[in-house]
Amino acid sequence: MRRALRYVIFYGLLFGLWALLAELRIWPPYLFPTPWGVGEALRAGFADHSFWIAIVVSMRRMLLGYGISVTLGVALGLGVASSKFLEETVGGLLVSLQSLPSICWWPLALLWFGLSQNAILFVIVMGSMLSVTLAMEDGRKQMPRIFGMAGRNLGAHGFKLFWYVLLPASLPFIVSGLKQGWAFAWRSLIGAEMLYLSLGLGQILMMGRDLNDMNAVIAVMILIVAIGYVTNGVVFRSVERRLQRKWGVAT
Amino acid sequence: MPHATPKVGLSDICLSYRTEHGEELLALDHINLQVKAGEFLCIVGPSGCGKSTLLHLIAGLHRQTAGQILVDGKPVQGPGTDRILIFQELGLFPWLTVGENVEFGMKMNGVRKTEREEKTEHYLRLVHLAQFKKSYTHQLSGGMRQRVALARALATEPDVLLMDEPFAALDAQTRDLLHDELERIWAQTGRTIIFVTHNVREAVRLGERVVLLTFRPGRVKREFPVELPHPRMMEDGAVLRAARQILDDLREEINRSLEVEYRVGVKPRVKPEVEQ
Repeated sequence: MRRALRYVIFYGLLFGLWALLAELRIWPPYLFPTPWGVGEALRAGFADHSFWIAIVVSMRRMLLGYGISVTLGVALGLGVASSKFLEETVGGLLVSLQSLPSICWWPLALLWFGLSQNAILFVIVMGSMLSVTLAMEDGRKQMPRIFGMAGRNLGAHGFKLFWYVLLPASLPFIVSGLKQGWAFAWRSLIGAEMLYLSLGLGQILMMGRDLNDMNAVIAVMILIVAIGYVTNGVVFRSVERRLQRKWGVAT
Repeated sequence: MPHATPKVGLSDICLSYRTEHGEELLALDHINLQVKAGEFLCIVGPSGCGKSTLLHLIAGLHRQTAGQILVDGKPVQGPGTDRILIFQELGLFPWLTVGENVEFGMKMNGVRKTEREEKTEHYLRLVHLAQFKKSYTHQLSGGMRQRVALARALATEPDVLLMDEPFAALDAQTRDLLHDELERIWAQTGRTIIFVTHNVREAVRLGERVVLLTFRPGRVKREFPVELPHPRMMEDGAVLRAARQILDDLREEINRSLEVEYRVGVKPRVKPEVEQ
Protein backbone atom coordinates (compact mmCIF):
# COMPACT_ATOMS: atom_id res chain seq x y z
CA MET A 1 0.00 0.00 0.00
CA ARG A 2 2.72 2.44 1.01
CA ARG A 3 4.75 1.20 -1.93
CA ALA A 4 1.87 1.90 -4.30
CA LEU A 5 1.59 5.38 -2.81
CA ARG A 6 5.30 6.02 -3.34
CA TYR A 7 4.95 4.98 -6.97
CA VAL A 8 1.99 7.29 -7.51
CA ILE A 9 3.81 10.23 -5.92
CA PHE A 10 7.02 9.61 -7.89
CA TYR A 11 5.37 9.21 -11.27
CA GLY A 12 2.98 12.05 -10.50
CA LEU A 13 5.90 14.39 -9.84
CA LEU A 14 7.77 13.18 -12.91
CA PHE A 15 4.72 13.76 -15.06
CA GLY A 16 4.16 17.18 -13.47
CA LEU A 17 7.74 18.21 -14.15
CA TRP A 18 7.48 17.10 -17.75
CA ALA A 19 4.20 19.00 -18.23
CA LEU A 20 5.65 22.08 -16.57
CA LEU A 21 8.83 22.12 -18.68
CA ALA A 22 6.84 21.52 -21.84
CA GLU A 23 4.31 24.24 -21.06
CA LEU A 24 7.05 26.77 -20.27
CA ARG A 25 8.04 26.41 -23.94
CA ILE A 26 11.75 26.64 -23.21
CA TRP A 27 12.26 24.36 -26.19
CA PRO A 28 9.99 24.21 -29.21
CA PRO A 29 7.33 21.44 -29.04
CA TYR A 30 8.83 19.60 -32.03
CA LEU A 31 11.89 18.98 -29.87
CA PHE A 32 10.26 18.73 -26.45
CA PRO A 33 6.65 17.55 -26.78
CA THR A 34 3.90 17.97 -24.20
CA PRO A 35 2.41 14.97 -22.36
CA TRP A 36 -0.92 15.70 -24.03
CA GLY A 37 0.64 15.61 -27.48
CA VAL A 38 2.27 12.25 -26.74
CA GLY A 39 -0.99 10.97 -25.24
CA GLU A 40 -2.78 11.98 -28.43
CA ALA A 41 -0.14 10.22 -30.53
CA LEU A 42 -0.63 7.05 -28.48
CA ARG A 43 -4.40 7.24 -28.89
CA ALA A 44 -4.14 7.89 -32.61
CA GLY A 45 -1.63 5.09 -33.07
CA PHE A 46 -3.92 2.55 -31.45
CA ALA A 47 -7.03 4.03 -33.11
CA ASP A 48 -5.69 3.60 -36.65
CA HIS A 49 -4.36 0.14 -35.72
CA SER A 50 -0.79 0.99 -36.74
CA PHE A 51 0.48 0.39 -33.18
CA TRP A 52 -1.44 -2.88 -32.89
CA ILE A 53 -0.01 -4.12 -36.17
CA ALA A 54 3.51 -3.10 -35.12
CA ILE A 55 3.13 -4.89 -31.78
CA VAL A 56 1.82 -8.06 -33.40
CA VAL A 57 4.58 -8.08 -36.05
CA SER A 58 7.32 -7.42 -33.47
CA MET A 59 6.02 -9.95 -30.99
CA ARG A 60 5.80 -12.61 -33.69
CA ARG A 61 9.44 -12.05 -34.61
CA MET A 62 10.32 -11.94 -30.94
CA LEU A 63 8.68 -15.29 -30.14
CA LEU A 64 10.19 -16.94 -33.20
CA GLY A 65 13.68 -15.58 -32.60
CA TYR A 66 13.58 -16.21 -28.88
CA GLY A 67 12.29 -19.73 -29.42
CA ILE A 68 15.24 -20.48 -31.72
CA SER A 69 17.60 -18.84 -29.21
CA VAL A 70 16.43 -20.94 -26.31
CA THR A 71 16.52 -24.16 -28.30
CA LEU A 72 20.02 -23.56 -29.63
CA GLY A 73 21.22 -22.00 -26.36
CA VAL A 74 20.11 -24.99 -24.29
CA ALA A 75 21.65 -27.43 -26.76
CA LEU A 76 24.90 -25.48 -26.78
CA GLY A 77 24.85 -25.27 -22.98
CA LEU A 78 24.46 -29.03 -22.66
CA GLY A 79 27.21 -29.57 -25.20
CA VAL A 80 29.63 -27.25 -23.45
CA ALA A 81 28.82 -28.81 -20.10
CA SER A 82 29.49 -32.29 -21.41
CA SER A 83 33.25 -32.02 -21.44
CA LYS A 84 35.98 -30.17 -19.62
CA PHE A 85 37.74 -29.50 -22.91
CA LEU A 86 34.70 -27.87 -24.53
CA GLU A 87 34.00 -25.88 -21.38
CA GLU A 88 37.47 -24.37 -21.39
CA THR A 89 37.68 -23.68 -25.12
CA VAL A 90 34.16 -23.07 -26.45
CA GLY A 91 32.98 -21.74 -23.08
CA GLY A 92 35.69 -19.10 -23.05
CA LEU A 93 34.89 -18.09 -26.62
CA LEU A 94 31.21 -17.68 -25.77
CA VAL A 95 31.99 -15.39 -22.85
CA SER A 96 34.10 -13.15 -25.08
CA LEU A 97 31.46 -13.16 -27.85
CA GLN A 98 28.91 -12.03 -25.27
CA SER A 99 30.67 -8.67 -25.15
CA LEU A 100 29.80 -8.02 -28.80
CA PRO A 101 26.68 -5.81 -29.07
CA SER A 102 24.18 -7.84 -31.06
CA ILE A 103 23.62 -5.10 -33.62
CA CYS A 104 27.21 -5.70 -34.75
CA TRP A 105 25.88 -8.88 -36.34
CA TRP A 106 23.61 -6.81 -38.60
CA PRO A 107 26.07 -6.22 -41.47
CA LEU A 108 26.95 -9.91 -41.51
CA ALA A 109 23.28 -10.87 -41.33
CA LEU A 110 22.50 -8.59 -44.28
CA LEU A 111 25.19 -10.19 -46.42
CA TRP A 112 24.13 -13.71 -45.46
CA PHE A 113 20.35 -13.40 -45.50
CA GLY A 114 19.69 -10.24 -47.50
CA LEU A 115 17.27 -7.58 -46.37
CA SER A 116 14.72 -9.95 -44.88
CA GLN A 117 13.02 -11.13 -41.75
CA ASN A 118 15.64 -13.88 -41.47
CA ALA A 119 18.33 -11.25 -40.96
CA ILE A 120 16.35 -9.84 -38.03
CA LEU A 121 15.89 -13.31 -36.55
CA PHE A 122 19.59 -13.95 -36.89
CA VAL A 123 20.41 -10.80 -34.93
CA ILE A 124 17.93 -11.76 -32.20
CA VAL A 125 19.41 -15.24 -31.92
CA MET A 126 22.98 -13.94 -31.76
CA GLY A 127 21.93 -11.41 -29.15
CA SER A 128 20.18 -13.74 -26.74
CA MET A 129 21.33 -17.31 -27.34
CA LEU A 130 24.57 -16.86 -25.43
CA SER A 131 22.78 -15.59 -22.32
CA VAL A 132 20.84 -18.82 -22.22
CA THR A 133 23.95 -20.93 -22.72
CA LEU A 134 25.94 -19.06 -20.10
CA ALA A 135 23.04 -19.25 -17.64
CA MET A 136 22.98 -23.03 -17.94
CA GLU A 137 26.68 -23.08 -17.26
CA ASP A 138 26.12 -20.79 -14.31
CA GLY A 139 23.32 -22.98 -12.98
CA ARG A 140 25.52 -26.03 -13.08
CA LYS A 141 28.23 -24.26 -11.11
CA GLN A 142 26.07 -22.47 -8.56
CA MET A 143 23.66 -25.29 -7.85
CA PRO A 144 24.14 -26.53 -4.27
CA ARG A 145 26.17 -29.74 -4.46
CA ILE A 146 24.03 -31.42 -1.83
CA PHE A 147 21.31 -32.12 -4.43
CA GLY A 148 23.63 -34.13 -6.64
CA MET A 149 24.93 -36.09 -3.66
CA ALA A 150 21.44 -36.75 -2.33
CA GLY A 151 20.37 -37.89 -5.78
CA ARG A 152 23.27 -40.30 -6.15
CA ASN A 153 22.70 -41.50 -2.62
CA LEU A 154 19.11 -42.42 -3.51
CA GLY A 155 20.18 -44.40 -6.55
CA ALA A 156 20.03 -41.85 -9.37
CA HIS A 157 22.87 -41.90 -11.87
CA GLY A 158 23.63 -41.05 -15.47
CA PHE A 159 20.69 -39.62 -17.39
CA LYS A 160 18.26 -40.05 -14.52
CA LEU A 161 20.51 -38.03 -12.23
CA PHE A 162 20.69 -35.28 -14.83
CA TRP A 163 16.99 -35.24 -15.67
CA TYR A 164 15.43 -35.70 -12.24
CA VAL A 165 18.00 -33.93 -10.06
CA LEU A 166 20.64 -31.74 -11.71
CA LEU A 167 18.32 -30.06 -14.21
CA PRO A 168 15.55 -29.15 -11.72
CA ALA A 169 18.17 -28.15 -9.16
CA SER A 170 19.62 -25.58 -11.54
CA LEU A 171 16.24 -24.33 -12.79
CA PRO A 172 16.23 -21.01 -10.87
CA PHE A 173 19.56 -20.11 -12.48
CA ILE A 174 18.39 -21.21 -15.90
CA VAL A 175 15.27 -19.07 -15.58
CA SER A 176 17.44 -16.07 -14.73
CA GLY A 177 19.29 -16.75 -17.96
CA LEU A 178 16.05 -17.09 -19.91
CA LYS A 179 14.96 -13.74 -18.50
CA GLN A 180 18.22 -12.07 -19.47
CA GLY A 181 18.00 -13.72 -22.88
CA TRP A 182 14.53 -12.25 -23.37
CA ALA A 183 15.79 -8.76 -22.47
CA PHE A 184 18.68 -9.06 -24.92
CA ALA A 185 16.42 -10.44 -27.63
CA TRP A 186 14.04 -7.51 -27.18
CA ARG A 187 16.84 -4.96 -27.60
CA SER A 188 18.26 -6.78 -30.61
CA LEU A 189 14.84 -6.95 -32.22
CA ILE A 190 14.09 -3.24 -31.86
CA GLY A 191 17.60 -2.36 -33.01
CA ALA A 192 17.34 -4.53 -36.09
CA GLU A 193 13.85 -3.27 -36.93
CA MET A 194 15.10 0.30 -36.91
CA LEU A 195 17.58 -0.59 -39.63
CA TYR A 196 15.17 -2.53 -41.79
CA LEU A 197 11.85 -0.91 -42.61
CA SER A 198 9.34 -3.71 -42.38
CA LEU A 199 6.53 -2.86 -39.97
CA GLY A 200 7.30 -3.59 -36.35
CA LEU A 201 7.88 -1.21 -33.44
CA GLY A 202 11.40 -0.27 -34.49
CA GLN A 203 10.11 0.84 -37.84
CA ILE A 204 7.31 3.08 -36.55
CA LEU A 205 9.86 4.62 -34.24
CA MET A 206 12.05 5.50 -37.22
CA MET A 207 9.00 6.66 -39.14
CA GLY A 208 8.34 9.20 -36.37
CA ARG A 209 11.84 10.52 -36.91
CA ASP A 210 11.43 10.71 -40.68
CA LEU A 211 8.17 12.66 -40.30
CA ASN A 212 9.71 14.91 -37.64
CA ASP A 213 6.87 13.79 -35.36
CA MET A 214 8.35 13.96 -31.88
CA ASN A 215 5.02 13.01 -30.28
CA ALA A 216 5.03 9.71 -32.15
CA VAL A 217 8.69 9.07 -31.33
CA ILE A 218 8.09 9.44 -27.60
CA ALA A 219 4.84 7.46 -27.81
CA VAL A 220 6.57 4.48 -29.44
CA MET A 221 9.45 4.67 -26.97
CA ILE A 222 6.95 4.50 -24.12
CA LEU A 223 5.31 1.54 -25.82
CA ILE A 224 8.65 -0.31 -26.17
CA VAL A 225 9.51 0.31 -22.52
CA ALA A 226 6.05 -0.80 -21.40
CA ILE A 227 6.13 -4.05 -23.34
CA GLY A 228 9.69 -4.79 -22.26
CA TYR A 229 8.80 -4.08 -18.66
CA VAL A 230 5.65 -6.17 -18.59
CA THR A 231 7.26 -9.22 -20.22
CA ASN A 232 10.57 -9.06 -18.40
CA GLY A 233 9.92 -7.23 -15.17
CA VAL A 234 6.55 -8.75 -14.44
CA VAL A 235 6.20 -12.14 -16.14
CA PHE A 236 9.79 -13.45 -15.98
CA ARG A 237 10.61 -11.78 -12.69
CA SER A 238 7.65 -13.29 -10.86
CA VAL A 239 8.45 -16.78 -12.15
CA GLU A 240 12.08 -16.28 -11.16
CA ARG A 241 11.19 -15.03 -7.67
CA ARG A 242 8.81 -17.90 -7.07
CA LEU A 243 11.43 -20.46 -8.06
CA GLN A 244 14.12 -18.83 -5.96
CA ARG A 245 11.89 -18.81 -2.89
CA LYS A 246 10.84 -22.38 -3.33
CA TRP A 247 14.38 -23.59 -4.07
CA GLY A 248 15.65 -21.71 -1.05
CA VAL A 249 18.15 -19.60 -3.03
CA ALA A 250 16.30 -16.30 -2.65
CA THR A 251 18.34 -13.45 -1.26
CA MET B 1 22.94 -68.34 11.63
CA PRO B 2 26.49 -67.25 10.87
CA HIS B 3 27.28 -64.00 12.59
CA ALA B 4 30.90 -63.89 11.55
CA THR B 5 30.44 -61.14 8.94
CA PRO B 6 29.40 -57.81 10.44
CA LYS B 7 26.82 -55.67 8.65
CA VAL B 8 29.39 -52.95 8.08
CA GLY B 9 33.09 -53.56 8.49
CA LEU B 10 35.72 -50.86 8.21
CA SER B 11 39.31 -52.03 8.11
CA ASP B 12 42.23 -49.62 8.18
CA ILE B 13 40.36 -46.78 6.54
CA CYS B 14 42.65 -43.87 5.72
CA LEU B 15 41.72 -40.71 3.93
CA SER B 16 44.09 -37.95 2.99
CA TYR B 17 43.60 -35.01 0.73
CA ARG B 18 45.47 -32.00 -0.51
CA THR B 19 44.56 -28.62 0.96
CA GLU B 20 44.38 -25.43 -1.09
CA HIS B 21 47.95 -24.67 -0.04
CA GLY B 22 49.07 -27.99 -1.46
CA GLU B 23 49.74 -29.65 1.88
CA GLU B 24 48.84 -33.27 2.34
CA LEU B 25 46.31 -33.58 5.15
CA LEU B 26 45.45 -36.86 6.83
CA ALA B 27 41.77 -36.75 7.77
CA LEU B 28 41.16 -40.35 8.79
CA ASP B 29 43.86 -42.64 10.10
CA HIS B 30 43.42 -46.42 10.18
CA ILE B 31 39.83 -46.56 11.31
CA ASN B 32 38.74 -50.05 12.29
CA LEU B 33 35.11 -50.55 13.13
CA GLN B 34 32.62 -53.40 13.04
CA VAL B 35 28.91 -52.75 13.13
CA LYS B 36 26.52 -55.62 13.81
CA ALA B 37 23.27 -56.01 11.89
CA GLY B 38 20.51 -54.12 13.68
CA GLU B 39 22.94 -52.21 15.87
CA PHE B 40 22.51 -48.55 16.77
CA LEU B 41 26.02 -47.11 16.72
CA CYS B 42 26.84 -43.51 17.54
CA ILE B 43 30.03 -41.79 16.50
CA VAL B 44 31.10 -38.70 18.43
CA GLY B 45 34.10 -36.44 18.10
CA PRO B 46 35.11 -32.80 17.93
CA SER B 47 34.34 -30.93 14.74
CA GLY B 48 37.04 -31.64 12.20
CA CYS B 49 37.58 -35.23 13.28
CA GLY B 50 36.22 -36.55 9.99
CA LYS B 51 33.11 -38.22 11.39
CA SER B 52 30.88 -36.90 8.63
CA THR B 53 33.46 -37.85 6.05
CA LEU B 54 33.40 -41.39 7.38
CA LEU B 55 29.66 -41.59 6.67
CA HIS B 56 30.22 -40.28 3.15
CA LEU B 57 32.75 -43.06 2.61
CA ILE B 58 30.35 -45.73 3.83
CA ALA B 59 27.64 -44.23 1.62
CA GLY B 60 30.03 -44.56 -1.32
CA LEU B 61 29.89 -40.86 -2.19
CA HIS B 62 33.64 -40.49 -1.77
CA ARG B 63 36.46 -42.95 -1.89
CA GLN B 64 38.95 -43.68 0.89
CA THR B 65 42.67 -43.43 0.18
CA ALA B 66 43.41 -46.80 1.73
CA GLY B 67 41.59 -49.58 3.53
CA GLN B 68 38.40 -51.41 2.81
CA ILE B 69 34.72 -50.93 3.62
CA LEU B 70 32.66 -54.10 3.56
CA VAL B 71 28.89 -54.20 3.72
CA ASP B 72 27.62 -57.77 4.17
CA GLY B 73 31.14 -58.86 3.30
CA LYS B 74 31.13 -57.09 -0.07
CA PRO B 75 33.35 -54.09 -0.72
CA VAL B 76 31.62 -50.73 -1.25
CA GLN B 77 32.08 -49.62 -4.87
CA GLY B 78 29.86 -46.54 -4.93
CA PRO B 79 26.48 -45.32 -3.78
CA GLY B 80 23.88 -48.00 -3.23
CA THR B 81 20.40 -47.99 -1.82
CA ASP B 82 21.33 -50.59 0.77
CA ARG B 83 23.00 -47.66 2.61
CA ILE B 84 21.18 -44.37 2.74
CA LEU B 85 22.74 -41.25 4.16
CA ILE B 86 20.66 -38.54 5.77
CA PHE B 87 22.69 -35.38 5.27
CA GLN B 88 23.10 -32.71 7.87
CA GLU B 89 21.55 -30.22 5.46
CA LEU B 90 19.00 -32.89 4.42
CA GLY B 91 19.16 -32.29 0.67
CA LEU B 92 15.42 -32.60 0.24
CA PHE B 93 14.38 -31.67 -3.29
CA PRO B 94 12.46 -28.38 -3.16
CA TRP B 95 10.89 -28.94 -6.57
CA LEU B 96 9.11 -32.06 -5.39
CA THR B 97 6.27 -32.48 -2.92
CA VAL B 98 6.81 -34.31 0.34
CA GLY B 99 5.27 -37.44 -1.17
CA GLU B 100 7.41 -37.21 -4.31
CA ASN B 101 10.53 -36.76 -2.19
CA VAL B 102 9.75 -39.93 -0.27
CA GLU B 103 8.96 -41.74 -3.52
CA PHE B 104 12.13 -40.56 -5.27
CA GLY B 105 14.52 -43.36 -4.34
CA MET B 106 12.00 -46.03 -5.28
CA LYS B 107 11.32 -44.31 -8.60
CA MET B 108 15.05 -44.24 -9.41
CA ASN B 109 15.27 -47.93 -8.64
CA GLY B 110 12.39 -48.94 -10.87
CA VAL B 111 9.82 -49.82 -8.22
CA ARG B 112 6.32 -50.11 -9.70
CA LYS B 113 3.94 -47.18 -9.31
CA THR B 114 1.35 -48.93 -7.15
CA GLU B 115 3.99 -50.27 -4.80
CA ARG B 116 5.61 -46.86 -4.62
CA GLU B 117 2.38 -45.20 -3.60
CA GLU B 118 1.70 -47.82 -0.96
CA LYS B 119 5.13 -47.46 0.59
CA THR B 120 5.10 -43.68 0.42
CA GLU B 121 1.85 -43.73 2.41
CA HIS B 122 3.29 -46.20 4.83
CA TYR B 123 6.49 -44.32 5.58
CA LEU B 124 4.77 -40.95 5.75
CA ARG B 125 2.42 -42.43 8.36
CA LEU B 126 5.43 -43.82 10.20
CA VAL B 127 6.85 -40.30 10.63
CA HIS B 128 3.39 -38.75 11.20
CA LEU B 129 3.36 -36.69 8.02
CA ALA B 130 0.64 -38.45 6.03
CA GLN B 131 -1.46 -35.29 5.76
CA PHE B 132 1.48 -33.31 4.35
CA LYS B 133 2.03 -35.55 1.35
CA LYS B 134 1.16 -32.80 -1.14
CA SER B 135 3.02 -29.97 0.63
CA TYR B 136 6.34 -28.63 -0.54
CA THR B 137 9.32 -28.83 1.77
CA HIS B 138 9.71 -25.05 2.10
CA GLN B 139 6.27 -24.98 3.71
CA LEU B 140 7.35 -27.28 6.55
CA SER B 141 9.10 -26.60 9.85
CA GLY B 142 12.63 -27.82 10.54
CA GLY B 143 11.44 -30.82 12.52
CA MET B 144 8.97 -31.83 9.83
CA ARG B 145 11.62 -31.56 7.14
CA GLN B 146 13.84 -33.77 9.22
CA ARG B 147 11.09 -36.37 9.31
CA VAL B 148 10.61 -36.14 5.54
CA ALA B 149 14.32 -36.88 5.12
CA LEU B 150 13.94 -39.85 7.43
CA ALA B 151 10.93 -41.16 5.54
CA ARG B 152 12.72 -40.63 2.20
CA ALA B 153 15.68 -42.64 3.46
CA LEU B 154 13.54 -45.40 4.95
CA ALA B 155 11.40 -45.72 1.84
CA THR B 156 14.25 -47.23 -0.15
CA GLU B 157 14.35 -49.84 2.63
CA PRO B 158 18.08 -49.65 3.23
CA ASP B 159 19.75 -52.14 5.55
CA VAL B 160 21.96 -49.40 6.88
CA LEU B 161 20.84 -45.90 7.79
CA LEU B 162 23.63 -43.33 8.00
CA MET B 163 22.70 -40.17 9.86
CA ASP B 164 24.96 -37.11 9.88
CA GLU B 165 24.11 -34.83 12.82
CA PRO B 166 20.51 -34.87 11.68
CA PHE B 167 19.06 -33.10 14.71
CA ALA B 168 21.79 -30.51 15.27
CA ALA B 169 19.77 -27.59 13.98
CA LEU B 170 16.57 -28.34 15.88
CA ASP B 171 15.22 -26.91 19.11
CA ALA B 172 15.38 -29.15 22.18
CA GLN B 173 11.71 -30.15 22.27
CA THR B 174 11.58 -31.11 18.61
CA ARG B 175 14.82 -33.02 18.98
CA ASP B 176 13.51 -35.00 21.97
CA LEU B 177 10.42 -35.85 20.00
CA LEU B 178 12.46 -37.05 17.04
CA HIS B 179 14.68 -39.12 19.33
CA ASP B 180 11.59 -40.98 20.49
CA GLU B 181 10.42 -41.44 16.92
CA LEU B 182 13.79 -42.61 15.68
CA GLU B 183 14.01 -45.11 18.52
CA ARG B 184 10.53 -46.41 17.74
CA ILE B 185 11.31 -46.69 14.03
CA TRP B 186 14.58 -48.46 14.79
CA ALA B 187 12.69 -50.98 16.97
CA GLN B 188 9.99 -51.42 14.32
CA THR B 189 12.21 -51.78 11.27
CA GLY B 190 15.33 -53.37 12.72
CA ARG B 191 17.66 -51.28 10.57
CA THR B 192 21.32 -50.86 11.31
CA ILE B 193 21.91 -47.22 12.21
CA ILE B 194 25.20 -45.33 12.25
CA PHE B 195 24.54 -41.96 13.81
CA VAL B 196 27.11 -39.15 13.87
CA THR B 197 26.78 -36.34 16.39
CA HIS B 198 28.90 -33.96 18.43
CA ASN B 199 26.39 -34.17 21.28
CA VAL B 200 27.53 -36.87 23.70
CA ARG B 201 24.25 -37.01 25.61
CA GLU B 202 22.40 -37.53 22.36
CA ALA B 203 24.78 -40.36 21.51
CA VAL B 204 24.21 -42.05 24.88
CA ARG B 205 20.47 -41.43 24.64
CA LEU B 206 20.25 -43.28 21.33
CA GLY B 207 23.15 -45.64 20.85
CA GLU B 208 23.95 -49.15 21.99
CA ARG B 209 27.56 -48.27 21.53
CA VAL B 210 29.38 -44.96 21.26
CA VAL B 211 32.62 -44.60 19.34
CA LEU B 212 34.80 -41.60 20.11
CA LEU B 213 37.05 -40.28 17.35
CA THR B 214 40.15 -38.17 17.93
CA PHE B 215 40.78 -34.75 16.43
CA ARG B 216 42.72 -34.64 13.17
CA PRO B 217 43.66 -37.17 12.10
CA GLY B 218 40.51 -39.02 13.07
CA ARG B 219 41.30 -42.25 14.88
CA VAL B 220 39.12 -44.42 17.06
CA LYS B 221 40.03 -43.22 20.53
CA ARG B 222 37.72 -45.44 22.52
CA GLU B 223 34.48 -47.38 22.33
CA PHE B 224 31.85 -47.17 25.04
CA PRO B 225 29.10 -49.77 25.25
CA VAL B 226 25.87 -48.23 26.53
CA GLU B 227 23.99 -50.80 28.54
CA LEU B 228 21.09 -48.76 29.75
CA PRO B 229 17.46 -49.86 29.46
CA HIS B 230 15.18 -48.26 26.88
CA PRO B 231 13.40 -45.92 26.76
CA ARG B 232 15.97 -43.38 27.83
CA MET B 233 15.76 -39.64 28.23
CA MET B 234 18.59 -37.20 27.71
CA GLU B 235 18.02 -35.97 31.27
CA ASP B 236 18.20 -39.43 32.93
CA GLY B 237 20.82 -39.65 35.65
CA ALA B 238 22.28 -42.79 34.15
CA VAL B 239 22.51 -41.15 30.72
CA LEU B 240 24.25 -38.14 32.22
CA ARG B 241 26.71 -40.30 34.12
CA ALA B 242 27.60 -42.31 31.05
CA ALA B 243 27.90 -39.13 29.03
CA ARG B 244 30.18 -37.57 31.65
CA GLN B 245 32.63 -40.39 31.24
CA ILE B 246 32.75 -39.97 27.45
CA LEU B 247 32.81 -36.21 27.76
CA ASP B 248 36.02 -36.29 29.77
CA ASP B 249 37.73 -38.06 26.91
CA LEU B 250 36.09 -35.83 24.33
CA ARG B 251 37.12 -32.65 26.12
CA GLU B 252 40.73 -33.63 25.72
CA GLU B 253 40.18 -33.81 21.96
CA ILE B 254 38.29 -30.55 21.83
CA ASN B 255 41.14 -28.83 23.67
CA ARG B 256 43.59 -30.26 21.19
CA SER B 257 41.47 -29.04 18.31
CA LEU B 258 41.28 -25.54 19.81
CA GLU B 259 45.01 -25.47 20.38
CA VAL B 260 45.69 -26.39 16.78
CA GLU B 261 43.25 -23.85 15.44
CA TYR B 262 44.68 -21.05 17.57
CA ARG B 263 48.21 -21.96 16.66
CA VAL B 264 47.56 -22.09 12.95
CA GLY B 265 45.23 -19.14 13.19
CA VAL B 266 42.64 -20.83 11.04
CA LYS B 267 40.29 -18.25 9.67
CA PRO B 268 36.63 -19.23 9.90
CA ARG B 269 35.70 -20.65 6.57
CA VAL B 270 32.91 -18.57 5.13
CA LYS B 271 31.20 -19.74 2.02
CA PRO B 272 30.93 -17.01 -0.60
CA GLU B 273 27.38 -15.73 -0.87
CA VAL B 274 25.58 -16.39 -4.10
CA GLU B 275 25.70 -13.14 -5.97
CA GLN B 276 22.44 -11.64 -7.01
